Amino acid sequence: MSEHFRSRIDLEFTVNGEAVELTVPAGRHLIDVLRLDLELTGSHAGCEHGVCGACTVLVDGQTVRGCLTLAAQLDGAEIWTVEGLTESGAIADLQAAFVERNALQCGYCTPGMLASAKTLVESGSVPSREAIREHMSGNYCRCTGYEAIVDAIETVARTRAGVEARVEAKVR
Amino acid sequence: MTIRFEDPNRPNSYIGRTVPRPNAGKLVAGRGRYVDDIVLPRMVHVAFVRSPHPHARIGAIETGAALAEKGVLKVFTGKDLAEICTPWEGKLAHLQGMKTPPQHPLAVERACWVGEPVVAVVGRTRAEAEAGAALVEIDFEPLPAVTDIRTALDKGTPVLHEALGDNLCFRKSNEAGEVDRVFAEAPRVVEATFKTARHTGVTLEPRVIITDWNGADGQLTAHVSNQAPHMLQVLLAGHLDIPESRVHVICGDVGGSFGLKVHVYPDEVATAAIAKIMGRPVKFASDRVEAFTSDIHARDHEATGRIALDENGMILGFDVDDWTGIGPYSIYPRTSAVEGLQVTNLIGGPYAFDHYRCRTSVVFQNKGICAQYRAVGHPVAVAITEGLVDKAAAEMGIDPIEIRRRNLIADDDYPKTTAAGLKLEGLSHHKSLDSLIEAMDYEGLRAEQKDLREKGVHRGIGIASFIELTNPSPFMYGIGGARISAQDGCTVRMDPDGSVVALTGVTEQGQGTEAIMAQIVAEAVGVSPDLVRVVTGDTRVTPFGGGTWASRGAGIGGEAALQAGRAVRQQALEVAAAMLQAKAGDLDVRDGIIVDARSGEERLTLAEVGRIVYFRGDTLPKGLPRELMQTRHFITSDYPYAFTNGVQASYVEVDTDTGFVKLLKHWCVEDCGRIINPLLVDEQIRGGIVQGIGAALFEEVCYDASGQMLNGTMADYLVPMSAEMPDMVIRHVETPTAESALGAKGAGEAGTAGAPAAIMNAINDAIRPLGGTVTHMPFTPERILRALGTITD
Repeated sequence: MSEHFRSRIDLEFTVNGEAVELTVPAGRHLIDVLRLDLELTGSHAGCEHGVCGACTVLVDGQTVRGCLTLAAQLDGAEIWTVEGLTESGAIADLQAAFVERNALQCGYCTPGMLASAKTLVESGSVPSREAIREHMSGNYCRCTGYEAIVDAIETVARTRAGVEARVEAKVR
Repeated sequence: MTIRFEDPNRPNSYIGRTVPRPNAGKLVAGRGRYVDDIVLPRMVHVAFVRSPHPHARIGAIETGAALAEKGVLKVFTGKDLAEICTPWEGKLAHLQGMKTPPQHPLAVERACWVGEPVVAVVGRTRAEAEAGAALVEIDFEPLPAVTDIRTALDKGTPVLHEALGDNLCFRKSNEAGEVDRVFAEAPRVVEATFKTARHTGVTLEPRVIITDWNGADGQLTAHVSNQAPHMLQVLLAGHLDIPESRVHVICGDVGGSFGLKVHVYPDEVATAAIAKIMGRPVKFASDRVEAFTSDIHARDHEATGRIALDENGMILGFDVDDWTGIGPYSIYPRTSAVEGLQVTNLIGGPYAFDHYRCRTSVVFQNKGICAQYRAVGHPVAVAITEGLVDKAAAEMGIDPIEIRRRNLIADDDYPKTTAAGLKLEGLSHHKSLDSLIEAMDYEGLRAEQKDLREKGVHRGIGIASFIELTNPSPFMYGIGGARISAQDGCTVRMDPDGSVVALTGVTEQGQGTEAIMAQIVAEAVGVSPDLVRVVTGDTRVTPFGGGTWASRGAGIGGEAALQAGRAVRQQALEVAAAMLQAKAGDLDVRDGIIVDARSGEERLTLAEVGRIVYFRGDTLPKGLPRELMQTRHFITSDYPYAFTNGVQASYVEVDTDTGFVKLLKHWCVEDCGRIINPLLVDEQIRGGIVQGIGAALFEEVCYDASGQMLNGTMADYLVPMSAEMPDMVIRHVETPTAESALGAKGAGEAGTAGAPAAIMNAINDAIRPLGGTVTHMPFTPERILRALGTITD
């Protein structure tokens, strides 16, 4: 190991609004910092190369892949995971809509789905179903077939925009 | 007492309603507890050195460098683990002539597929174990590999397991009537070849297990992402020489399974063996490359099929020769022969005809092991059947709906035993087809298709009818000697506050087991579903059961729950009758309150019954039974399986320049008998359809001719994502089974069974006028352009 390349990195950032200081191996990915160092197991590792979206979290307001992001990149960053988003109530309507519409089965993809959905419903407009499908197409779900997820997000987008939801009829 | 399911206003009418899943709230909050979330004191991690060769003799294994690596604690070879773990053979006694060699947790003399575990390295952390694994040197001597299915039995092909004599694992022919005569004389015979691609489950949560051997107690505990905890308990005990009673298997939250997690995997057994040697908790968490190479694969079938018809388009018979490659070993304990066996049973399933022949040849090859994955064999059989029916219709100038109307078994022709030998209790093909036609506006779509065709837009409509095997009896596995339970049980317990706990032997992997059990028990006892807590997946706690597979949870586990709940209710009524000096038969339980059955007058709360039973039992008559905890088990006995039926339709647009298929819409009408929770059933169907779409359009585990896997990542192995998926219309017909009071059949696999055939037929409906058809899945743009003659090289 070169003297110019440190094998361990000191970091300070906030996770779910709480200040965190820690020293991690230089090769540590964000998903491992969250799951192993901070015991935030709500975010999941699915493919470990940025395809499945199970590890999607919010860094400085943007969705990132926890499995592709080196923790060393995150000094000073503001990180939100499903645990913090739940506690703050920021996605309470999305979570309620997912439960109501059964937009999850095994639940392994759900925290990542919610993080991706959050950035979409925050835009203020009501996206088309095609736009929702396109936006969510970086998050793999093997269980639902996606339609319920699209419905739940559409419901929340419409409610936030003050437009009446249209998918109620599907919930018999 | 029977429940008047037809009356939606009956008391406690929770069965048949959409109620939210009790466990969904924790999952959306990130509070699920999957196995990889569990960290135990002194836990170590195991990583596996896997074979890079399709077939190789294992020579010297050099482990010194690995052991010298910081954090590496132990290294185990196949010989090391063979000393404490017996090998297994995935055979069933009733599958005559079946062969498979002994399989060890780590390969001992030969590695037989790319990804087979050969050496296990244990480290303090996973990273250290992986670093150690990279330093293990194995002297592999490559051997000739068997990869092609159709030439596997040829004289010139090497024999994969010399001791077995040839590469045939199993062969079975199912024959009835006079096939040769009928096909020789039939006015119309149509033939086609079909391929269903080898694909895999791609559960988002890869396989993961933590095993802990506590030497002081002589007990093994396994936390594992699995569908059949009691099965695993029995098998781990047997192979590791531990009494069954001292193996405790816990399946908490499972991140998807679809059949993938119902099997015994060598790396998981190795993890348990290592825990027993090291006396501390060991975790194995598969990564995604390991998932692609070592999870079970499925559906690697090639078939030639013929259908014979009379001049009116009435089906006379089917004749199918099916071949499947299953890798080097038959899966344990269910065997890899069942998929082919299902094909021999299911061809032509929805149709009335008298002459039948289907042979399956199950061969060994140096690829990953194939086994049961959602809708075992069904997508293959439905694709062959419906592909032939559609081809015949096209050649005879009969509309695809019309040919099905003429040939589907009449709804009033049950019970019926088919030419393939299936005993069918009651199905609704025609009602389902009528509902489908109405839902999709078939005539309207045909008109739209015609208009667009004139504008150079090529759309297609595909129909696929199917039957689905659910609620299996011991005829599936138990009869063959496998310790796989077809019965299931439920214990229902009323607590002092009048709330209820239900412990069930079926498991939850997201399909909604906990929700439907809560509904069933709530209705049976007479309380609100939110007062029912459901416990699953713990061999120490729940009644002994089979777990969740073959769409058995609702039909078998649900009936046990209904009967146990009714028994608790009856017991509570007996106690209440003693307290009220009334007759139990004059009382009822409604929404947690004991009422006068006739007037509905409220007499007593269940909580008061609970208080008296648990804290003031002295006030009840001496000897009065007061067991507010009852267990019931259920097994099917009239039919070996409860078959369901359904029909799907797909509407697609084929871009004839690029070969891309756009899915415009999908419909499914299915009949799973009594529906317990309409929303959950719909979402099972939708999720199943999309797995079938994956099979039709995207998914294929690709190996080269030498047996090397070519696409072991999610960037290379395509799965359905939201952007390409259509909206799906789901409808139901309800034909309850009379085997149980509940009347539920399974719904978990119908979507996957029928979708690939519906899409195949839709694509062919679009491109047939241009002179091509496709029958080899997945229908990639390249394959479609070849069918159109655009690509010819």
